[in-house]
Amino acid sequence: MKSPAFDYIRATSPQHALALLAEHGDDAHLLAGGQTLLATLNLRLSQPALLVDIGALTQLAGITVSGSTLRIGALTRHVEVEESPLVARHAPLLAQAAPHIAHRAIRNRGTFGGAVAYADPAAEWPACVLALNATLVLLGAAGERRVAAADFFRGVYTTARRSDELLVACEFPVIGAGERHHFSELARRQGDYAIAGLAACARVQGGAAARLGDLRLVFLSLGDRPLRARAAEAVLQAGALTPERIAEADAALRAELDPFADITHSAAAKKQLAATLMRRALSALCKEAP
Amino acid sequence: MNTPLDTPRTRVQVEVNGSTVVRDVECRKHLVDFLREDCGLKGSHLGCEHGVCGACTVRLDGQAVRGCLVLAAQARGGRVETVETATPGPRLKALQDAFVEHNALQCGYCTPGMLMAALDLVERRPDADREQVRVWISGNYCRCTGYHAIVDAVCTVLERQRAGTLGEEVQA
Repeated sequence: MKSPAFDYIRATSPQHALALLAEHGDDAHLLAGGQTLLATLNLRLSQPALLVDIGALTQLAGITVSGSTLRIGALTRHVEVEESPLVARHAPLLAQAAPHIAHRAIRNRGTFGGAVAYADPAAEWPACVLALNATLVLLGAAGERRVAAADFFRGVYTTARRSDELLVACEFPVIGAGERHHFSELARRQGDYAIAGLAACARVQGGAAARLGDLRLVFLSLGDRPLRARAAEAVLQAGALTPERIAEADAALRAELDPFADITHSAAAKKQLAATLMRRALSALCKEAP
Repeated sequence: MNTPLDTPRTRVQVEVNGSTVVRDVECRKHLVDFLREDCGLKGSHLGCEHGVCGACTVRLDGQAVRGCLVLAAQARGGRVETVETATPGPRLKALQDAFVEHNALQCGYCTPGMLMAALDLVERRPDADREQVRVWISGNYCRCTGYHAIVDAVCTVLERQRAGTLGEEVQA
């Protein structure tokens, strides 16, 4: 289908974009990479009167490290995150997750900030942002404010970003000594939406019966937003990682998850896949570094 | 919602296959419709129209994109390459020949998008193995071939490129 008619303005600065949002209110939508917005417009799922294209605001793109913070500009394309040596070194979770996002041609256009702000519960970046305890930087008429990832995702496609604000960057603490990351997801075909996915990070001590600290298990596609499995995390951090403890965590995980069934998978199947992803992640996190 | 009753238009200047094109188009017009309807270039095909099938794959500023998920207005000031570029480089020509050689097309609908995606791979991942080829073109659907012949064709070009015989065969 062709999208409904809309007007188009290419913003020349973040302030210009904010002024257009203030002027047009709900009639205006922000256009960044457009890999979700243009698809939904083609399907006529919404009818904005105006698209405010922020794609030329290169000051909102780029990846930098300053002190112990990795900053990814909102307009950084997925492919730039995927191929960034800074990301591979300081936030390997993101480098592991990137290849799971759709397909190359879409990763060439789609933006990091766009995916975070859209907050699709099946998307990879929101789960990673939560797992890495990132901070979201929002720009409004009154200036910048910072929101912790734990407070940002509010529900399906719903975040703490106000409609007159721009998400300008995500800030991540760089990976610390002894910390490890692991991302994996299950999809029917390469690039499809995940049936279930898991962004995991932890401090790992010891070899055979390892102990985990600062464990964060964040699932995607299992609820209305990226979900931290706090009960399973608590069990897994209570002592050495024995088979009995992992079995107990498996039960805790199944008890705390309450997924929706989708067109091909029952809620029970999704729980089973989540538990499988958790076991794989634990095994990967505890594997001796090469 | 104040949906415009008219269809707002905008002036677009784009470099298409090396030539500068200036047109007044509807703001909502996609790059692939712009190429087909306003530039007369029917090589890029329109399949699903929501970013799933890859038939509309073209290159914008050197990168493969979905022609149905980019507005012509967004491409303003950009450089677009399609399968019908007047002077195909040795890689595109070699891919086209390899597709014929390996029967890597039947109805041909996916072929232009497949070629542009494969061109991107051959340029950016010269060391790609068979599995990486499959992953790279996973965003391009083909309903005829079952993909094996397409993967064969792309792998052949990668091998020729690695052997340094790509340019010679094109000139021969």
